[in-house]
Amino acid sequence: MNNFLRSLRELRQYPSAVAGSAMIVALVVIAIYTIIAIPYTEAVRLWRGGEDVWYRSPLNAQPTWTNLFRRDKLPESFHITSDPSNTVITQNDEGYNEFVVTIPFEYRFASFPQELALYLDSSYIDKQPYVSIALHTPDGRDIRIADFGLERSQTYIFSQDSRLTRRLGGLIPNEGIFLNPELDSGTPIQGEYVLTMKALTFEKDSNVSAEFVLYGEVAGWAGTDHMRRDLGVALLWGTPIALSFGLLAALGTTITTMIIAAVGVWYGGWVDNLIQRVTEVNLVLPFLPILIMVGTFYSRSIWVILGVTILLSIFGGAIITYRAVFLQVKESPYIEAARAYGSGNMRIVMIYLIPRIIPLLIPQLVTLIPSYVFLEASLAVLGLGDPVLPTWGKVITDALANGALYQGQYYWILQPAVLLMITGLAFAMLGFVLDRIFNPRLRGL
Amino acid sequence: MVPMAEITLQPEVVPVKKMKTQAGAFSRVMRYTLLRVFTLFVTVVIGIYLTILIANMGGYVDQIQRGQIREDVQQLARNDPSFKSLTAEQRTTRMEDMIRLREKRIGLDQPFAIRSFRFLSNALTLNLGWAQNMTSDSGSRQVRNIMLERLPPTLLLFASSNILLFIFSVLIALSLSRRYGSTFDRIIISLAPTGSAPGWFYGIFLIVIFAAFLRVLPYGGMVSAPPPENSFDYFLSLMEHLALPVLAITLSTIFLNAYNWRTFFLIYSSEDYVEMAKAKGLNSRMLEQRYILRPTLPTIISTFALTLISLWTGAPILEGVFNWPGLGRTLLQAVGQYETPVIVGSTVIFAYLLALTVFLLDFVYALVDPRVKVGGGSKHT
Repeated sequence: MNNFLRSLRELRQYPSAVAGSAMIVALVVIAIYTIIAIPYTEAVRLWRGGEDVWYRSPLNAQPTWTNLFRRDKLPESFHITSDPSNTVITQNDEGYNEFVVTIPFEYRFASFPQELALYLDSSYIDKQPYVSIALHTPDGRDIRIADFGLERSQTYIFSQDSRLTRRLGGLIPNEGIFLNPELDSGTPIQGEYVLTMKALTFEKDSNVSAEFVLYGEVAGWAGTDHMRRDLGVALLWGTPIALSFGLLAALGTTITTMIIAAVGVWYGGWVDNLIQRVTEVNLVLPFLPILIMVGTFYSRSIWVILGVTILLSIFGGAIITYRAVFLQVKESPYIEAARAYGSGNMRIVMIYLIPRIIPLLIPQLVTLIPSYVFLEASLAVLGLGDPVLPTWGKVITDALANGALYQGQYYWILQPAVLLMITGLAFAMLGFVLDRIFNPRLRGL
Repeated sequence: MVPMAEITLQPEVVPVKKMKTQAGAFSRVMRYTLLRVFTLFVTVVIGIYLTILIANMGGYVDQIQRGQIREDVQQLARNDPSFKSLTAEQRTTRMEDMIRLREKRIGLDQPFAIRSFRFLSNALTLNLGWAQNMTSDSGSRQVRNIMLERLPPTLLLFASSNILLFIFSVLIALSLSRRYGSTFDRIIISLAPTGSAPGWFYGIFLIVIFAAFLRVLPYGGMVSAPPPENSFDYFLSLMEHLALPVLAITLSTIFLNAYNWRTFFLIYSSEDYVEMAKAKGLNSRMLEQRYILRPTLPTIISTFALTLISLWTGAPILEGVFNWPGLGRTLLQAVGQYETPVIVGSTVIFAYLLALTVFLLDFVYALVDPRVKVGGGSKHT
């Protein structure tokens, strides 16, 4: 045990092991934070939710941090809801109410927003309220946006209003209303805009509320995808999933493999022979196509796939390495002694044989983790990802399927890829150093 | 991608006192080869039988068979003029009768344990019936045709990248062992952990850099569209499309291979006979080729076999990312369209390819390692 601790202390001498461990610790912290901050059900709700959850975020927007590297910042998204502070209600002579919602906002970007929308709600019995929307620009113009009778719940999307387009001289409204008419520069006027919505109600208890959303070109720290979902949720939730899948699969396979190798060596004879033959068959079993078959025919749940992965890897090549070590250990005098005092077969296997192999096992376990992390991603890329959970692999799949590479939406694919890379590298770097420390044959090299 | 530890594929290695004649070497390799072919075939049969068991647990192979019978009967009914005179009801009962008879004939009324052996022989010959929606480029819906048509591109991609990978890994590993401890050596060692990521993963980065950003190489596919008519241009276009996937496969494993093999070279170059040869004054080229590379080769080949096996595992995704029209992409499409016969067929064909890979490497192994003898009987002391 002391030897073991000393070996671990040796790790500090290797910079790559220190860096790898630091990255692993960081990933674990992120994973724990994620599980606490976004509980499982919430994550599934967010990821599976459609427009009702994500109607406020822009489509395929870049991450906000990309603005740090731009001279001309891309517009950011924001939304303003009507509330008593920006709504003035006046009663006219006939007892009807006039709602005036004033939404001032600052626009200081060199390019145009993706889209503008007003989400309007009203309550009435027979007579629809009537709204008129206008925009006051920083250079003092007033643009009439639209006038219409309001449904109970209505979405007014600026760019889809053909009358507004005609009034703006054929310009798409989300650009036309910001454009400086005196300059041919094709850039928006920067400054304070004021959007006013006047709503006239024709019933006593009629009520109107509005939410203004400006869809920018950047959103969130990770950007959004083709379904307006914030990629941040998927990137965060990918961390605990990747770590737990990698760790469980690696632990499951190494431990079962180790026990089987030890049992085979100890009992010898036909048991050993059978195990060796099964290992040979396992070598020609196409691993991924079988996983694909299981995923297609039975279940795509990540835990079923995990179980099958472990089952298929039990008789992997590692058995042969372990076997060689166990064959040596089997001949040691202390095993003889254990036999002499009458310990049973299972006792010898579990208490005397297996602990001897742990130094060999630890580096192998750590280097195995990345291959399973990537396996999970690979399955997702094959379209066999878990149907409900957001994972890194699924983000990459979505990106590939929606042509992110062709349309230059690199953030979509590179962010999860870099996270996968970091996870893989962290465990691999640590594992390589552990291998050197625990396997003295490599130490001099 | 399938995690593998160090492993040896070679059968029993028995030290032989002395190599006799050339003819002796030939018969040794031949006998060894035949035995390997036989054992591998048995292994493949067992493997495919297991695959069938997995695929049939939900009754999917039955479904393939029933679907095929139904389609056959419908085809027959369409072409048979005597059916035209029947009413719709009569027609259905007659068709149902025919279907039941045919199902009985191929034994679908028998227990699965008996039937599974017929599936086995069908699967071994890729006689997996017809696909529901997928067709081969030649228009056939037979699973065998779909699979066999897609085989050459896959073989082209993987053979070329593996040969390149092997040659470059040996060269890099040799040059590393020559200047052990140098900066170059350190750089390659620190790059070795990159081997944990599969080829398709590097493929994405390569596409971003070379196709999307620099725009010098194509995003994917096998030849440009429309394919060039002149065969030289065709070859050039093929090479252009081959470059990125081959590079992706190579990048994913080359550093790990170089690192591992360099260790082998270093171990073998500290042997006494190497020191002896050095003392005799042999030049370093000769020393490397005859005294270091030669004895290390068997070890290298058996580790390379594992690399190859894990590369095959990653094939479907790599082909998917690069849109390479091979078996892997077919498997991906089959998953997308829920084409059961094609999925089972792909699994079988990948099992064959794995066995073939293992066999080829075993064969090369027997060629380079004179100690390999067919086990049993002639044990020397």
